[in-house]
Amino acid sequence: MSEAEIKSLEAQFDAKIARDEKIEPKDWMPEKYRKTHIRQISQHAHSEIVGMLPEGNWITRAPSFRRKVALLAKVQDEAGHGLYLYSACETLGITREQMYEDLHSGKAKYSSIFNYPTMTWADMGAIGWLVDGAAIINQVPLCSTSFGPYARAMVRVCKEESFHQRQGYEIMLSLCNGTEEQKEMAQDALNRWWWPSLMMLGPTDAASTHTEQSMKWKLKRKTNDELRQQFIDQTVPQAELLGLTIPDADLKWNDGKGSYDFGEINWDEFWQVVKGHGPMNKKRLDDRRNAWENGAWVREAASAYAAKQKDRKKEIAKAV
Amino acid sequence: MSQETPLWEVFIRSKNGLEHRHCGSLHAEDAEMAMNNARDVYTRRNEGVSIWVVESTNITASSPESSGELFEPATDKVYRHPTFYELPDELKHM
Repeated sequence: MSEAEIKSLEAQFDAKIARDEKIEPKDWMPEKYRKTHIRQISQHAHSEIVGMLPEGNWITRAPSFRRKVALLAKVQDEAGHGLYLYSACETLGITREQMYEDLHSGKAKYSSIFNYPTMTWADMGAIGWLVDGAAIINQVPLCSTSFGPYARAMVRVCKEESFHQRQGYEIMLSLCNGTEEQKEMAQDALNRWWWPSLMMLGPTDAASTHTEQSMKWKLKRKTNDELRQQFIDQTVPQAELLGLTIPDADLKWNDGKGSYDFGEINWDEFWQVVKGHGPMNKKRLDDRRNAWENGAWVREAASAYAAKQKDRKKEIAKAV
Repeated sequence: MSQETPLWEVFIRSKNGLEHRHCGSLHAEDAEMAMNNARDVYTRRNEGVSIWVVESTNITASSPESSGELFEPATDKVYRHPTFYELPDELKHM
């Protein structure tokens, strides 16, 4: 294809997105669109899969049967969400195996929040409330993103995820209505998860390199800073309702702008964790690699069984 | 890297009286495994009463390049729609 032809296709493509038409896998798309989507969707899928690990830590130690079935259902949903997203990503021409390899080699990233440890039961509450809360804010606008398979996966994910945040908040509520020690546990979890949750919404607009292009493709409909402000404004009253204190001395209502002012985020910590130096980066990747390697025999057995069944069917067909 | 596990398309009938609709895809070695996985991945909240799984390689899809020849001929055949026919307003039930 000549450069002029590509330019004209690109113009048609941009116009299509501007008209709010969806792009489907077999439609022509600019190489950069394909690559950016593979990067973002696979990263999103990896986050769902790695995101099961911090919570998996507490399934066997949930304090009641009610809590255990809820946590199990949440973690199972995350596995499902990872699968929807991997499938959506595969329609862009990358194999599942390649995506796993990119995760295991460290080439592909996942959300940095999952590199923090889950030390107490209250962390299950804080994760549901804050981490899922931030994730929902990020994900709802993606339901109307331009790439059809991604948008459809996100509709399903958002529908299923609304219970995740509620179950987390309920855990926090029980702890806050409990003994002094339980309330301290809840406060401690909030103290540890608050700042990483704010970082989870991504670098500031000034430092974000992909924002402009992503807005054009509707891969992003609000900037990171807008999403973060929205998250803070909706979460502060929820903390007040619990009787907990958000660990930010600079947090205060600004009447003029109709939202909260907040303190400086430690971006150095964020970049350290992204680069692999968070408290749990190594453990998370080791766990994923081990799961993949130790599951190899299962995949091989399933494959051998399927081949054998196929052969048997052929023999029967021949005999008839 | 080991070989790729086959891809399957999943269709779910949400309740009797409605058609099966495509809801997504998954990987599985054989039909039985695809069915089990489809049940776990796509019907965790009573989304369906019936599941079809079809190996993706068995689907023949039209390509966007042939959209013109396939679909454009229908756009100028307005006489296939009831609104094409001009009838008096007094006419009822038609």
